[in-house]
Order: sequence, then structure tokens, then C-alpha cells
Amino acid sequence: MTAIVQNGNAADANNEVADRPSRNYKNLSNFAVPLGTAISLIAIWQLGVRLFDVPTYIAPAPSDVAFTFVNEFSLLARNFWPTFIESVSGFIVGNLAAILIAIAFVHSRTVERAFFPIAVFINTIPILAIAPILVLIFGSGMTAKIVIAALICFFPTLVNMVRGLQAVRPETLELTRILSASKSEVFWKIRLPSSLPFLFSALKIAATTCVIGAIVGEWIGADVGLGALIIDSTFNFRSPLLYATVFVSSGLSVLMFVLVVITEKLVVRW
Amino acid sequence: MLNQELNPSTPNSMMAATLKEASVKFGNFTALQDISLDIPEGDFWTILGPSGCGKSTMLRLVSDLIPAASGEVSVLGKSTQEARLAREFAFVFQDATLLNWRSALKNVELPLEIGRKRGIDIPKGNRTPRELLKLVGLEGRENALPHELSGGMRQRVAIARALVCQPKLLLMDEPFGALDEMTRDHLNLQLLEIWKETGTTILFVTHSIAEAVFLGQKVLMLQAHPGRVKELVDIDLPEPRAVKVRDTAQFTAYCSRLRELLEEC
Repeated sequence: MTAIVQNGNAADANNEVADRPSRNYKNLSNFAVPLGTAISLIAIWQLGVRLFDVPTYIAPAPSDVAFTFVNEFSLLARNFWPTFIESVSGFIVGNLAAILIAIAFVHSRTVERAFFPIAVFINTIPILAIAPILVLIFGSGMTAKIVIAALICFFPTLVNMVRGLQAVRPETLELTRILSASKSEVFWKIRLPSSLPFLFSALKIAATTCVIGAIVGEWIGADVGLGALIIDSTFNFRSPLLYATVFVSSGLSVLMFVLVVITEKLVVRW
Repeated sequence: MLNQELNPSTPNSMMAATLKEASVKFGNFTALQDISLDIPEGDFWTILGPSGCGKSTMLRLVSDLIPAASGEVSVLGKSTQEARLAREFAFVFQDATLLNWRSALKNVELPLEIGRKRGIDIPKGNRTPRELLKLVGLEGRENALPHELSGGMRQRVAIARALVCQPKLLLMDEPFGALDEMTRDHLNLQLLEIWKETGTTILFVTHSIAEAVFLGQKVLMLQAHPGRVKELVDIDLPEPRAVKVRDTAQFTAYCSRLRELLEEC
């Protein structure tokens, strides 16, 4: 295994990821080591399945999965877009709601006291338990999935945003008082920009959880989407398709995460 | 408040700040008790004293951050609130308190932006933010973000920001306390130059006896429990002050005198 890792090391020297420009060789090998490990694990999986003659419906070989991925690409793509739209919409709705409510909390202790326990309560309900209720309310269309995805994003962003808006140092607030700044000036010029690093840590969490929300919603009741495809291929013992769908789902999460990270790099330069 | 301005018997117009039996209380704790001082315009005073003697509290009292429990405080003959609204004074904190997302220049411009949209008449100094950065020796670093600057440079940006509305009174709360000695010496000299150039009054809180003697025309010694004036010491050293004044016997004598006073506190 060590040998394979080292091979991976050398082979991937030119495979630089969009991390940060001007990395030296050490950082490159930092990236190559986990990649080499992943490649060797896949190789072990392939060998194991072939050596012990595991039936395809129990555990397909990576080569089967790759083959299905290419062959069923249009099916996967057809089911990718609904999930993508639900995830992105849920991401936007959930985070926007969380940001606005966080702003209300910071400006009024009464609002915070009134609604924060409710927010905590909603967060304690397992998403799997609340999903059927939401599907009953909103029907089997996209709305229910968007609401579930939004709900799963909501709480981490709310908590982080409240912390971010309050993370202004006392001296900075004294400075604004000496400059006789108004409440809205303090908000736009001080509180909001200083909350951005906190907001982006929450958005990075939300980028992957919103996809989970959309897929869970599709499990309960949907005929399109990656979640529906997962259920469908499981019940039909089409394991290679199931695995391919799982990889596409995780790819969607990675895509969302990378988009958030790129936006963060552009916005938070300090 | 208007009475003060109309009352000709008080020579407040000559005073950058006046305190009359001013006290500050935090609950049951008396932070400052019956402070009476007249700080003439153009003076450079340093404030020295043991921890908890109310040095910072005094600056915050003058700058309208903390109300007086009793007594009167005025800045240039106005109430502290009126003086704050007119931007008569500026404050430099121990930490530079720069906004991390703004460049050096944008940080210096901040006081000019606050209140502009509300139509408030902001006094513009006779120096532009760019000129002020040049004055503090940061020409060419206008676009640098705070994290790209050293501690001393950040504090110089904070000083430039404090000067942008051309305040008549500059309140400095241990501004160089967190800096290394070399940087501190350099900034001390630069501050004396700025003081000479702008003619502003400076109230400067410090923990360092040597810094207090080197910078101040007067050293105000406070004592604790409750915070009150121990002594006001005139520092009669040749002007303009140069670094080598520290090697003179006179300088050393002042330092040991202040150290004795501190030990009595």
C-alpha cells in the first residue's frame, strides 16, 4: 500500500487543485497523499470484489460503477438537475431566512428571547421525522424538498450569524460612539462586514447539508431527483446505478462547497 | 450647557478640557473621585498611575463614553456630548481598532464617511487622508490591509484616522503599550512632531514612566481606590525633545521622582 501511495504521489504532481496559487512542492504532496490513499482504497475494493466473487447486486466493483456512470449518464443527469435546483433554492431560502432573523435577534433582545427557543426546538426535530410532515403539507412537488433543504441549512447559519454580528470588539464600538455613528451605520459599516467570516463558516456547512435535505425529501415522495433514483435503484437491485447515484450526490455537495469557498475567497480578503 | 459659553468669567475657551469635581461610579465602585483639572489648549499631558487608578476612565469621561456621576466636564467650553458631535476630539486606543476589511486609506477615511449620508457637517481637516498617511510615514501603503501591516504601522494608521477631522484634543489610551521598544521610541518621536505640526492638545495615558517623562510637558499622576489626582508634575526638559535627552541627569531625576510617587500610591 505504501508503494501505491508513493506512486500516486509522483503521478499526481501536476494535478494541482484550485486551492491557492503559487504552492510549493510540499503542499502539492500534501494534496497527493490523500488522493493516493483514495486511489489505493478503490484498487483494494476492486481486487476484493473480484477475488471473493461478490455478487454485483451486493457490492459492485468500481469498474461496474464507472461503466454504469458512463452508460446511464443521461439518466443521472436528468435526475441531477431537480436535486440541484432544490438544493440551491433551499440553500438560498434557508440561509437568507437565518441571516434576516439573526439581524432581528441582534437588534432586539425581546425578539431573540421570543424566537430563539423555537428555533432550537425546530432544530432538535430529526429531519427524517419532519420530512414526511412537510411532504404532506407541500405535496410531492419541489416545494417540500426546498423547504426541507432550507430547514436543514437554517440553524447553523442562524447561530453563526448571531455570533458574527456580535463579534465586534468593545473598542470598535467605542470608536463608533466617538464618531457619533447611527445604529444603521454601525450595522452596515461594522457589524455586517465583521460577521462575514462567521457567515461563510456556516455557509460551508449549509453547502453540503442542503443536498442531504433535498435527497431526504425526495426519498419520502418524488419520481425524479437523485433521492428518487437512490430508492428506485435500491429496490430494483441495480447496485451499480445506486453507487453511481451516490457518487453524483456527493459530487453535488462538493460542487456546492467549492462554490462557497470560491465566493469566500473573493469576498473575505482579510 | 449654554450658560457655560455665555459666562465670561470662566476662561473655558482657552481650555481644551476642564473637569470640576468630576466623579465616575460603576455601581458602588468609585472609579474617579472629585477630579478638578484645567488642561490648556495645545498642551501635551501624560497620565501615569498604578493599575485601576482610573487613567482610561478619565479619557473615557472626557470623550463622552462614560457619564460623570457628579461634577462637570467640558471640552473646549462645550459639554462633552456637544464636543463629540462636533468632532472636537479623537481617540486612539491601545489596539489600533482598524476595520480589517478596509485598506489603510479607507480606514483613515472612516470618520469622514460616518454621518455623511445623514447630512451631518463633518469638519474636514486641512490634510487629506492621503496626506495624513504620509505624515505618519505610511506613504505607499495606502492600499495595504491591516493584516499586511506591522503593529506599529497599524497604530500609525489609527493616529492618521484620529487626525482626519483635525481634532483640537487627542485622547490616547496607551497607544504604544503593545509595541516593542524600538517601534515605541520611533513613534514617540513621530508623535511629538505631529503634535508640533498640528498644535492639537494631547492627553496620553501610559504605563511607562520613561515614556511619560519623554513626551509630556506635564505628568498627571493618579492614585487608586478611589481614583484621584496624586500630583501634577511639570516636566521642564529642553524642546524639541530628542532621544538623547533620556541620558541627561535631569531626565533620570524626573523618572526617579515619579517612581517614588508611584510607590507611595
